[in-house]
Amino acid sequence: MLAEAIFFSAVLFTIGVIGVLTRRNAIIIFMCVELMLNAVNLSFVAFARAYGVAGQVFVFFVMTVAAAEAAVGLAIIIAMFRHKQTVNLQNINILKG
Amino acid sequence: MNFMTHLDLSFPAQLSLALLPDLLLMGGAMILLLWAAWRPESARHQRSVGAACLGLIVLTTIAIGWFMYRHVTATPGPIAVDRFRWIADLVLLLGTAGTIALSMDYNEREGIFAPESHVLILLATSGMMLLAAARDLMIVFLGIETMSVATYVLAGMNRRSPRSAEAAMKYFLLGAFSTAFLLYGMALVYGATGATNLSVIGDRVMRFGLTTSPLLLTGIALMLVGFGFKVAAAPFHMWAPDVYEGAPTPITGYMAAAVKAAAFAAFLRIWYEAFTPVYASWHNAVWWLAAVTMAVGNIIALRQRDLKRLLAYSSIAHAGYLLVALTVNSPAGSEAFLFYAFVYTIATMGSFAVVVALGDPGERSLNVDDYAGLWTVRPWLAVAMAVFMLALLGFPVFGGAGFFAKWYVIRAALQAPSPHWKLAVILVLTSVISAGYYLYVVMVMFMRPRVASAAIPARSRGLTGFVIAASAVLLIVLGFFPERLVRLTEGSAPYGALTVPATSSAVPLPSLPPARR
Repeated sequence: MLAEAIFFSAVLFTIGVIGVLTRRNAIIIFMCVELMLNAVNLSFVAFARAYGVAGQVFVFFVMTVAAAEAAVGLAIIIAMFRHKQTVNLQNINILKG
Repeated sequence: MNFMTHLDLSFPAQLSLALLPDLLLMGGAMILLLWAAWRPESARHQRSVGAACLGLIVLTTIAIGWFMYRHVTATPGPIAVDRFRWIADLVLLLGTAGTIALSMDYNEREGIFAPESHVLILLATSGMMLLAAARDLMIVFLGIETMSVATYVLAGMNRRSPRSAEAAMKYFLLGAFSTAFLLYGMALVYGATGATNLSVIGDRVMRFGLTTSPLLLTGIALMLVGFGFKVAAAPFHMWAPDVYEGAPTPITGYMAAAVKAAAFAAFLRIWYEAFTPVYASWHNAVWWLAAVTMAVGNIIALRQRDLKRLLAYSSIAHAGYLLVALTVNSPAGSEAFLFYAFVYTIATMGSFAVVVALGDPGERSLNVDDYAGLWTVRPWLAVAMAVFMLALLGFPVFGGAGFFAKWYVIRAALQAPSPHWKLAVILVLTSVISAGYYLYVVMVMFMRPRVASAAIPARSRGLTGFVIAASAVLLIVLGFFPERLVRLTEGSAPYGALTVPATSSAVPLPSLPPARR
């Protein structure tokens, strides 16, 4: 049971990483980051079955913080959209990188 | 033992007492936030909120001074009560005070009316202080997020500037991405050891022979990637130059100095307290991270002509020097780290203060060539900038304490149980490379003639001028009396580190020895 959950969370995390690295839309990148966070939550919950409640408490913190981060992040993306009328990172390159 | 000098962290009241400086700053910032939002936005209100924030920083510093003066100790628990934490706090508060002073002037000049931005800096700092105190992965996570989420907003504070918005978005996406790595690493470390407390993790790794556990090693590697992003170590530094360039200048200074120092403080404490038993496994990875960061930061900085980008790459290079202190993994390494962080924070705040002083509305003239002949029009500003550049370079005497900062890191590397002489050689060589851009700035200011059409920069405003003067004087004075700062950092290695991990959480730690003389 534990091994399956860990494997699944690793797969989920990898999908998230690949999404962040390949997609160019800020919203989709952010969604992939959320996917990575959920993979983390899954493994915490799975480990918490073996080790006790600390992992579950961690999950609550992660969810709370992810919500706060989403609020700030979407506000920043909207601020960007107001300037450039796009959230595609390929078109957002004033700062030479 | 006296109740006030030895805290038992299993009691909530005493735990809160151990967190007093952090709670003071957080609570005060909440009240100031209400006040900042209460009154209509105006330049005057913004200034008074800024002044109140500076006052709150002074109060917090006094609280920390009290803890240091009484040599308060505590039982092992989720937060640390040790000199490492207090000195890291002092470094962070110094950087924060400089940032708020600078942004009070900067916001007025750029026409930003956001009194809550000063309070947001305080909230980010409260997260940083939590990071310096954290002895539990949960608290590390909360501290890093409190710090980062506030800093994302600060980077995009100038809402009318598309550059600022772009910087905020890049910082946010990369920051969230790196947090996910960090968290996954934490989850795997928790899975391998069944604990989130740093000393318990170290203890269990040792006792249960987990040093080759793939789960633990993968977790450490992922956490290394996460921290690599947070401290902008190469090859995870790509976001830093763009973000530093686009963010408002005082906030760039804040990110280069305080945010980096705070992330490093947690980085160092986790690696020293929890992962020392697996030193053999992570040593090579961190060694290469340090070497590559020093090389990449310094070499790319040579090509930069935009001062903010130049300082961004310089801050990447300095992350490499700090990583050397981490690789050493000895008490001398952690002392050298604190000394370095102190000096680096002062020099960085000072140089960004000069950038603020010489910038004009809209931040256009930030090219190094705009500084040509500064000596002839604003001699004191040129002298101060030269001091900061030489301090970052690590030049003796004129660079003040910068020389000793590098000296102590090199000494720690060479005197470690297993001497890192190769790393020390790389540090010296890359420092020589860094002379190529630091001295270039000095040369341009003093030896190039002033372009005739260039406007004479306005006299710097009061607070900016004060930050510049105070940083330069402090650097020079500490350069003559480095032993003052050494005595402060002495015996400040995170406790539990490098000694036999506490076998039982009930064993009280020995009280810290009083500072000599």
